[in-house]
Amino acid sequence: MSALPGMKIAEARDALRKGEVKAVELAEACLGAIEGAGALNAFVHHTPDIAMEQARAADERIAGGDAPAMCGIPIGVKDLFCTRGVPSQAGSAILDGFRPEYESSVTTQLFEAGAVMLGKLNMDEFAMGSSNETSRYGNAVNPWRRGNDETALTPGGSSGGSAAAVAADLCLAATGTDTGGSIRQPAAFTGITGIKPTYGRCSRWGIIAFASSLDQAGPMTKDVRDAAIMLQAMCGHDPKDSTSADLPVPDFEAMLTGDIRGKVIGIPREYRMDGMPDEIEALWAEGRAMLEDAGAKIVDISLPHTKYALPAYYVIAPAEASSNLARYDGVRYGHRAKLAQGEGIVDMYEKTRAEGFGAEVQRRVMVGTYVLSAGFYDAYYNRARKVRTLIKRDFEEAFAQGVDAILTPATPSAAFGLGETADPVQMYLNDVFTVTVNLAGLPAIAVPAGLDRQGLPLGLQLIGKPWEEGDLLNVAHSLEAAAGFVSKPAKWW
Amino acid sequence: MSIDEDTARKVARLARIRVEEGDLPALASEFNAILGFIEQLEEVDVEGVEPMVSVTPMRLKRRDDVVTEGDQAARILSNAPDAREGFFAVPKVVE
Repeated sequence: MSALPGMKIAEARDALRKGEVKAVELAEACLGAIEGAGALNAFVHHTPDIAMEQARAADERIAGGDAPAMCGIPIGVKDLFCTRGVPSQAGSAILDGFRPEYESSVTTQLFEAGAVMLGKLNMDEFAMGSSNETSRYGNAVNPWRRGNDETALTPGGSSGGSAAAVAADLCLAATGTDTGGSIRQPAAFTGITGIKPTYGRCSRWGIIAFASSLDQAGPMTKDVRDAAIMLQAMCGHDPKDSTSADLPVPDFEAMLTGDIRGKVIGIPREYRMDGMPDEIEALWAEGRAMLEDAGAKIVDISLPHTKYALPAYYVIAPAEASSNLARYDGVRYGHRAKLAQGEGIVDMYEKTRAEGFGAEVQRRVMVGTYVLSAGFYDAYYNRARKVRTLIKRDFEEAFAQGVDAILTPATPSAAFGLGETADPVQMYLNDVFTVTVNLAGLPAIAVPAGLDRQGLPLGLQLIGKPWEEGDLLNVAHSLEAAAGFVSKPAKWW
Repeated sequence: MSIDEDTARKVARLARIRVEEGDLPALASEFNAILGFIEQLEEVDVEGVEPMVSVTPMRLKRRDDVVTEGDQAARILSNAPDAREGFFAVPKVVE
């Protein structure tokens, strides 16, 4: 048996059911690991009382023989999820002190399944970032280092705290959200697994909104089986989210047969970028060979509008954000600026938002305001939505030709040093392989597949057909088995 | 298209974010970098293409127009920076 916080969900579930371990022991072990990992700055709000209460309830439920798979499993929750009575501030100063009176649908489902919440996890402010450097809590730090070099590396973003916590064995798994790559890029940077399901699979109710047509929640776990188990508990129709799909959720874990013979895997030529490190190119080729060895048929495909995905995203996401973030006005919750004598309500709005939003959020809200403003709406916003239609059509045509899943690199580099990327547009390029998937609403998973020369993890991404998360997880399971990635970061924290 | 300080000031005002005069040139230059990146979209032939409205084809569900979770004024006000007598309080709006 693994050391307790190092356990995987499936392993812990089986041990809990056999009575080999108690949920309270698991929770205590994780709380201890969190206590000793302040240097990672992954957990930003600790909820030990809730954890112990939920763990005791889980033990009773397991003893009663009624134990869903997530029962007694200690998890971390990204700060973007509203959790009742617990600070939930999307990594932003504008929500300082906010304690929701309600629980998000995804965390409600996880708690009903018996999951145990250890605390809230660091993230980029309002999920806007690829390095966790825009957080009001400060940087989360990657448990991985370049060999003996002590340079602090980013765990990626925006779900940087979730990725660092899972990779460092502070919890068994964590929730993440993904608007342009925010689950898959940090998963790849930390050697863990992260899946973004089809748009509409997980309810967005109670998840603080960034770009509503792109946002999806998903699990960040230690392997593909755990991703299947946790995703199962997070999915399902929710009347409170009008975009939530009223479709049955299959048993994802049961679909991990390991048999992918005859599956057609597409390799999109447009994902071969200029200046891509040769190690990533090589890893991608290895992934292709592994799937071929497992009996899949590999075909070269074209997704011609790939290059326009990032620019389209940087119109659509800021436009939606400028609208969603209009609610932070200092009236109903969060921060309100102090006013000088004679200042009125517009001063209150403007000062509150200038004080409460960080630089990147301000930038995106203003870009969004600009592209939606009279005279520019057609040139920017409508054009971007038309390009989005074309990007989705590229994928539909590939699937219509019989492709079952698409293999790409997850990121254009391994984890970089904190503070190394100062230029916003340079930072946006991190999502070059992931953002197409959000624009097309598809499911995609990042799986760790190897280490680079400096000893840092690299991931591959598999993109699936809408609502076919089960098949996608099965292909990912085969890739995982072939890649045999078992490395862990050496503990320095 | 190039954004000058006047446009930056106007956008900040529309977004209700206070930006000090001295910060406008830097802001305008950041906008220009981002818009320069976005302008690649002009290369795409979008003739006859419908702008995307919904990424998954679905009919939005309707529900009965009834109160589902009402009578919770105290909870709704519990996070307000300033709440008085069952209302959100703000600086004077009308003279």
